[in-house]
Amino acid sequence: MNGETPVLDIRGLTVSLPKGADRDNAIEGIDLQVFPREIICVVGESGSGKSVTGHAVMGLLPKRELEPIAGSISLAGEALLEKSSAELRQLRGARMSMIFQEPFTALNPVVRVGGQIEEVLKIHTGMSAAERRARVIEVMDDVRLPEPERLIDTFPHQLSGGQRQRIMIAAALALEPALLIADEPTTALDVTTQAQILTLIKDIQTSHDTGVLFITHDFGVVAEIADRVVVMQNGRVVEAGATNQVLTAPEHPYTQMLIGSVPSLIPKTREGMIDDDAVLATKDLAKTYRSSGLFQKTREVQAASNVTISLKRGETLGIVGESGSGKSTVARCIVRLIDPTSGAILIDGEDIANLPMNRLHYYRRKLQIVFQDPYRSLNPRRTVGQSIIEGPMNFGMERKAALTRAKELMGLVGLDPNALDRLPHQFSGGQRQRICIARALAMQPEILIADEAVSALDVSVQAQVLDLLDDIKKQFNLAMLFITHDLRVAAQVCDRIAVMQQGEVVEQGPAKTVFSSPAHAYTRALFEAAPGRKLSVTT
Amino acid sequence: MSTVSSPIQADAATPTGSTGGSVLGTLLANGGVRFGGIVLFILFMIALAAPLLGTIDPALLDPTYRNKLPLEARPILNDAGEEVTVTHWMGTDTLGRDLYSRVIYGTRVSLIVGFSVAALAIGIGLVIGLISGYIRLLDTVIMRVMDGIMAIPAILLALSLVALWGAGLVTVILAIAVPEIPRVVRLVRAVVLSVREEPYVEAAISIGTPTPKILYRHILPNTIAPLIVQATYTCGFAILVEAILSFLGVGIPTDIPTWGNIMAEGRLLFRVYPHAILFPGIFLALAVLAINMLGDGLRDTLDPRFAKRTST
Repeated sequence: MNGETPVLDIRGLTVSLPKGADRDNAIEGIDLQVFPREIICVVGESGSGKSVTGHAVMGLLPKRELEPIAGSISLAGEALLEKSSAELRQLRGARMSMIFQEPFTALNPVVRVGGQIEEVLKIHTGMSAAERRARVIEVMDDVRLPEPERLIDTFPHQLSGGQRQRIMIAAALALEPALLIADEPTTALDVTTQAQILTLIKDIQTSHDTGVLFITHDFGVVAEIADRVVVMQNGRVVEAGATNQVLTAPEHPYTQMLIGSVPSLIPKTREGMIDDDAVLATKDLAKTYRSSGLFQKTREVQAASNVTISLKRGETLGIVGESGSGKSTVARCIVRLIDPTSGAILIDGEDIANLPMNRLHYYRRKLQIVFQDPYRSLNPRRTVGQSIIEGPMNFGMERKAALTRAKELMGLVGLDPNALDRLPHQFSGGQRQRICIARALAMQPEILIADEAVSALDVSVQAQVLDLLDDIKKQFNLAMLFITHDLRVAAQVCDRIAVMQQGEVVEQGPAKTVFSSPAHAYTRALFEAAPGRKLSVTT
Repeated sequence: MSTVSSPIQADAATPTGSTGGSVLGTLLANGGVRFGGIVLFILFMIALAAPLLGTIDPALLDPTYRNKLPLEARPILNDAGEEVTVTHWMGTDTLGRDLYSRVIYGTRVSLIVGFSVAALAIGIGLVIGLISGYIRLLDTVIMRVMDGIMAIPAILLALSLVALWGAGLVTVILAIAVPEIPRVVRLVRAVVLSVREEPYVEAAISIGTPTPKILYRHILPNTIAPLIVQATYTCGFAILVEAILSFLGVGIPTDIPTWGNIMAEGRLLFRVYPHAILFPGIFLALAVLAINMLGDGLRDTLDPRFAKRTST
């Protein structure tokens, strides 16, 4: 690789933040080279400046808010920071292109996918309509979309997430750019789809001589795809080097901490379970969504069917599955946020599946849930204290007593007990998730449901919140239902695992058994697809 | 207590957000809010202080002083029986009434109509909207009724209500407010539908918060900002419709002066004596403009989608 000119050469790049932000510069003194046929992964947690770096190269930074103030970016010898916006437009799409995280919003929903790929050709080349169509079919074939002749005339909503991301990649590659910037391109995708897209990017990049700048937060992905790794923290590069070296022998303490926080795929050894009656059980639980209208046919979607699970005190049951597998539906049915269509939900032997709201009130406190999105699970207008005491006060607790309890709980979840009168926006994502846990604990529940409770968190914060959940489970002898799409997380916290696919539980058993010898084909496919299996072997 | 994970530094939870004081600050930084607010405030003061502003009885007829041009002065007897000289700043109308006094007193009616209609429509619409948005069972029924009300042209409904109950301030207010309710209901319902799916509302359900409290505590505050904006538009629209109804002769009787009925009476001789329409017209236009600019300004500052645009 030495001796070759890099396709992308960033030197000393500094981008300023607007006044009043938490730091002066979004990124500071970034040095980074991408060579042809090479994948560089930029890894970091949220706020590390990795996306700003990608956007700076593309010239997509919001004007007047984020301005490059020092350093240079050169794309195959051309100084990008000195280009006018018209010249940058010429380069974008033709010499460098970008794929984004959300395949659902990155495509225009009212333009046929073929047209969206064709647009690049229309703008940058003088090809005739027939030539363009031929080329579009060719690139669609390149990204391994089935039947490109048929798909070329479909609209984005007719395609799956993975197919849409392939369309994005096809559009990005239509003009054979020297540089491809991929900003978390697989984060919104399921693991099995992610595995396919990663393979695709790797293959395409070798066959097209493209240099790839791959931005990600996931060390599993890094292990799968990267040639070299650049680790960023707070806008600075803290470590850079060959993938193997960085992953196996990280030098910087931050990198060591990040890699150490990645949960292992090998399940922890669990103490033997006490034989006890189940506190929570479902029997043939099913939820069918019906949409009917005056002039439409009634449509039915089976979100969950025949779900039979049981949970004992002090035990964590993981429900694992991809999006649309019905795992969240099950959780929401159990908490009775939605009404199950059929089946039974037994709490201490009592079936609550069809209890009317007034009689349900008593069971509410036994069963608490923590949601995925820490930014939306707390009412932004109410102080943390108000949020925590709301539940106990609903059950007749005095305000004063509830506040005292809330203070204890804040300490218990590792927050400052005197922060009760603050508003949620004054806390970070991980802290808010702790507050949500405190709110759930204030009800003194017997069962805690964590619905993707750590999925929106950075890996280091995620590790802390997982520890917290494990601690409180032990301390209060809770039964925990842990819903996640992340096998690594499941391996760390779950005693038993239920794998769901298309609304049904396809496999259920002790975590150790499921992980070491998965019985169902789907479970095996899930494990195959988990990124960075090499990583867990090496660490 | 076991050592629970790593302690979180207290400094990470330092306040970063805006406080109530700076909300007012950003509001006042908006030109529309400033202009609209000031003009509206002046109109308010005029309405309150109408008797103190050199006005005479707006219903006082004087056949000898009909259709006088602005700035004409004449002697009249005041309450104490003394003779004083009164200047007709805006001239007189076809019945010899002082236009200045009528326009100033007309401010009262216009503002009362504007604000009552806004308050009534928002108040009723808010309650119906909250219920309709949150309780699925009632939603279809309520919304079909609202669709029905919306399908009736506002002015036609006002006309028939006035015909039914007779002309008067309360009738006019009701007549204008009723067709405005569905708009408010739709607005509130849309907010409720999006907020009820928020995890914090689901969290409130799962900690056993009763439905009325959920509506009041967790959902209602989200509707305030759009409702304030809607209220200003409704207010401006109501003043305009009141003027139209009065102009058509189905509004408030002319013994209570309103900008609309002053203009209605002035239209017969408009080509000879345009002042009878000009002065109330200026007040009407100014009031509606001020209210609309206030509404636009409020929307720009309260709606996060527009807030960014105005700040740069």
